[in-house]
Amino acid sequence: MKSKAKRKSALSHALVYIVLILLSAVFLAPIFIVFYNSFKSRLFITSEPFALPDSETFAGLENYTEGLSKTSFFSAFGTSLLITVLSVAAIVLLTSMTAWYITRVKNRFTKLLYYAFVFSMIVPFQMVMFTMVKTANTLRLDNPLGITLIYLGFGAGLSVFMFSGFVKSIPVEIEEAAMIDGCGPVRTFFLVVLPIMKPTAITVAILNTMWIWNDYLLPYLVIGTDYKTIPIAIQYLRGGYGSIDMGAMMAMLVLAIIPIVIFYLFCQKYIIKGVVAGAVKG
Amino acid sequence: MRKDLKKYFPVFALPTLAAFCIAFVFPFLAGIVLSFTKFTTVTNAEWVGLENYIKAFSNEDFLNALWFTVKFTVVSVVTINVFAFALALLLTRSIKGTNLFRTVFFMPNLIGGIVLGYIWLLLINGVLQFFGVTITFDASYGFWGLVVLTNWQLIGYMMIIYIAGIQNIPSDLIDAAKVDGASFWGILRHVIIPMVMPSVTICLFLTITNSFKLFDANLALTDGAPGRETTMLALDIYKTFYARTGWQGVGQAKAVVFFILLAVIALLQLVITRRKEVEA
Repeated sequence: MKSKAKRKSALSHALVYIVLILLSAVFLAPIFIVFYNSFKSRLFITSEPFALPDSETFAGLENYTEGLSKTSFFSAFGTSLLITVLSVAAIVLLTSMTAWYITRVKNRFTKLLYYAFVFSMIVPFQMVMFTMVKTANTLRLDNPLGITLIYLGFGAGLSVFMFSGFVKSIPVEIEEAAMIDGCGPVRTFFLVVLPIMKPTAITVAILNTMWIWNDYLLPYLVIGTDYKTIPIAIQYLRGGYGSIDMGAMMAMLVLAIIPIVIFYLFCQKYIIKGVVAGAVKG
Repeated sequence: MRKDLKKYFPVFALPTLAAFCIAFVFPFLAGIVLSFTKFTTVTNAEWVGLENYIKAFSNEDFLNALWFTVKFTVVSVVTINVFAFALALLLTRSIKGTNLFRTVFFMPNLIGGIVLGYIWLLLINGVLQFFGVTITFDASYGFWGLVVLTNWQLIGYMMIIYIAGIQNIPSDLIDAAKVDGASFWGILRHVIIPMVMPSVTICLFLTITNSFKLFDANLALTDGAPGRETTMLALDIYKTFYARTGWQGVGQAKAVVFFILLAVIALLQLVITRRKEVEA
């Protein structure tokens, strides 16, 4: 009896594994196909996209050199990195300070601010697209440094909301004890509050990194004429009449995916935790 | 302490608030005002009342984009959540190696819309060329292409949230149901699904808003072709602003309608699913 039940569960386990392995293959196949196509010459990418490269279709690194010269990918990578790092640092630091302030100082004004931040989360980019871009141009924020301010402002809603939720769970007594010991608000924040908020800070950093690194339209409209980020560089490969050099495209897609995969493999524990924490709060 | 801290407004709150006003508050308010005017730059606005809104709703492109977006949102929200929930059920059975599978299924989520669009352009055109056509041959190809793409991107994300929800169910609840002789489907319907309703609320909210706002993948995969048949709302608004001179006011009116629709749908969904949540 018992061994029969055991055999049945072993069978169902095996079945689950087979299903999961097949699904994993389906999930990974698109990236794999793009990868090997990046080494085929352009014509064969369109005519037989699923065939592995062979001696006839192999093009070496031709697509990569072609793509790099067309897009100046490495400078785009630098711009993306600069904008993402600066914006995320500014968002984590400044919105955590703001969230602490508006949660601890309770009056009508801070309450109004809180609701304004929460409200901004539901507003889609297209609603403010035109006026925001004009404002950014007028204020000379159309450079990688200036766009950081735009990201801080447009990303503040979610981040302030998440930090505020966490601040509410910190007992005020801890902060008061620090104050009695002679810490001013600034030192209390950096020495006591910020270290306690570390898990939320990581979540906020990850959600904002995923957004800003991949964002296309905002940087395209604000700094797109002078600077390219990675998504702008990729989109640039689509010619004026919709024609696309698929060879260069495949190579640039591979270069765009590599840093993401590396980042993911190193930080996946935090990323997955951050997503869950962010979802529960949101 | 409150008094002490209060004086520190310029240090703690002012930088964020200033950026928030520049990037959100002012553009938002100006956007509402401009939707009632005719303008090409912000400074030469001329009051026209509701004309932009009338133009928007009699604009065939806009109505077509609205219908396409609604269809797309319904289909992708249902498929993503069903697949993500099924995967979460598989991965919460007590088997080894679930972390590895979780890592694999989540990965596409980190890839941005533009890159995703071109990955799937290769794959979909690759399949379609067996039939001698491309994705821009028929609007339904673009539609299903976008559905598949969004599924590939979001299933892993939603799966992670469902897994967290399922793992939060007290195991004695499921054991008790088993002792009472409940079948797998019985447990699923009467124990698991009611207990993961908070996750359902979040996943529905995220998938609805993401699908409704889809822009990057739409631009990269079809760019609205054939004609403007696969243009979604966000892309249509963008094109009204930047590809049609003199229509900025109409673009802004469309954007206001887009915002109101999104807010109403998202809030309705939150209210409806929150009501179905039960206490453990």
